Amino acid sequence: MIINGIQIDDTFAEAFPMRATRLIITGDTKRWAFTAANSMIGFSTSVIACGVETGIERQLKMNETPDSRPGMSVLLFAMSSKELAKHVLTRTGQCVMTTPTTACYAGLYSDKKIKLGGALRYFGDGYQLSKQLGGKRYWRIPIMDGEFLVEEYAYQVPGIGGGNFLILAKSRGMALRASERAIKAMSKVPNVIMPFPGGVVGSGSKVGSKYKALSASTNEAFCPTLKGLTHTELSPDTESVMEIVIDGLSEADIAAAMRAGIEAVCELGPAGGVTRITAGNYGGKLGPYHFHLRDVMK
Amino acid sequence: MSGLTLSLKEAPRQRVDLSALTSAIMDGKTAKEIAGLKLTLGNRKCSLGDIFKVTGRPGSRLVIDNCTDKIDGIGARWSDGSVIVQGNAGAYLGKGMTGGNIHVYGNAGAYVASAMGDGHIHIEGDAGDFIGAPQAGIRVGMNGGVVRVEGNAGDRVGDQMRRGVILIEGNVGSHCASRMIAGSLAVLGDAGPNLGLGMRRGTVLLMKPPSHLPATFNDCGSHALPFFHLFLSYIESLAEGNQTIDPSRDRLHRYAGDLAVDGKGEILFYNY
Repeated sequence: MIINGIQIDDTFAEAFPMRATRLIITGDTKRWAFTAANSMIGFSTSVIACGVETGIERQLKMNETPDSRPGMSVLLFAMSSKELAKHVLTRTGQCVMTTPTTACYAGLYSDKKIKLGGALRYFGDGYQLSKQLGGKRYWRIPIMDGEFLVEEYAYQVPGIGGGNFLILAKSRGMALRASERAIKAMSKVPNVIMPFPGGVVGSGSKVGSKYKALSASTNEAFCPTLKGLTHTELSPDTESVMEIVIDGLSEADIAAAMRAGIEAVCELGPAGGVTRITAGNYGGKLGPYHFHLRDVMK
Repeated sequence: MSGLTLSLKEAPRQRVDLSALTSAIMDGKTAKEIAGLKLTLGNRKCSLGDIFKVTGRPGSRLVIDNCTDKIDGIGARWSDGSVIVQGNAGAYLGKGMTGGNIHVYGNAGAYVASAMGDGHIHIEGDAGDFIGAPQAGIRVGMNGGVVRVEGNAGDRVGDQMRRGVILIEGNVGSHCASRMIAGSLAVLGDAGPNLGLGMRRGTVLLMKPPSHLPATFNDCGSHALPFFHLFLSYIESLAEGNQTIDPSRDRLHRYAGDLAVDGKGEILFYNY
């Protein structure tokens, strides 16, 4: 398949099931809501070493948040319910509650609860108050800047992690420009995050390593400086490869994000320097979700 | 919508206890069987059909026409569907209710929502004393649900209530929120003396500073908190059509008490 002069490989991205939740973080100003969200999503690019993958889904307008203040919607994905619950609690406690003026609410609902305010309330040292309004319980924890308001529970839902595509380009600058363009388009798609820094992976990995201690290592088949040394996937004119990884709440959400990103890259045409778009997989053995690029772009 | 209508044949001279007519009792019964249901009238037993003309088919809706304040226990232990009261209701309206809703177009007597667990009660007129309070001998009052009174309410509103929300759009009498265990109580009019006496936890919201406050409440200052906005928005959504509440005015004065007991209760009010 060729779109606007850019080749789309006949391959697929392989993704796997995760557990996900959404949190709504609000603050007195957009700046402080963002500061809290940005702090919460720190060190959470990949479950390989971070334990959780997170990202800001979108910015919320004042009329979209429970307390009518500026807000941020954050999605968190982990490989197990236990791991998700651990990170929701520690990150809300250490990153959101500590940020001035913030409050934190569940952003989605299911029958699987994660303790949020129900555990953080003990910070109130006995002065905490609970309030049930409209079927939701909130905890009000007295803190030095006033009061930290937090919903008793967050809720977990099934999610999918590891949707991806690779942008192969004639130079690093061209790969970066195409990636930035893709991320800009993909950030408008709801229910997905691109958990890596700025949404782009500069060091895509393969599973395993020659070193026993490592579960992932550099993907040499896509390393441009190893073209002459290894079995390469790169054409002679490819000088840089960047990957975009997508976590989403459903297959349709990930497919929509991939389509938006690839379309944005292809709009650049051959003049943009992108030589090919491909995807990462493990031969279909690792994850049950397969996003065939040509089906996604149909 | 299928429903049953009870029309009072004549205004009873003695009190009628209708608490035997629950949504569970009505389930699967015919109108004739409902008419045969035994009720207490004064100090004797009678059939429901002796007092009410029964029409329609039992279903998700019960309408009581020409109702008077002598009819007690309307909607008691109600769990599903609607009760519509055309006229006034007596005491113990929605006692032990666990779901559904009750709408009274007139006034209601004492002990509205006593031991209520869930559901929604809307009274367009006034209500009597002890809204949400337990009956004598029971230690915990209203345990969930929402009560909205568009008019005034009597004394001891929210006495020993444990959970749920009571909204009084008019004035309340003395000892409002007395011995309150938890829950929320909003009064858009004036509150009488001994407000919050013996209050352990819970929130009372007033639109202006109370004229009396027990000495066992301490001033915690004026604040604009996200919770206040959330709370005011919620109360505003309950007080549908009432323009008194403006959630954008979310700076409230907070008094904590009653310090003679737990002291974790709060009285919030606008102080400007």
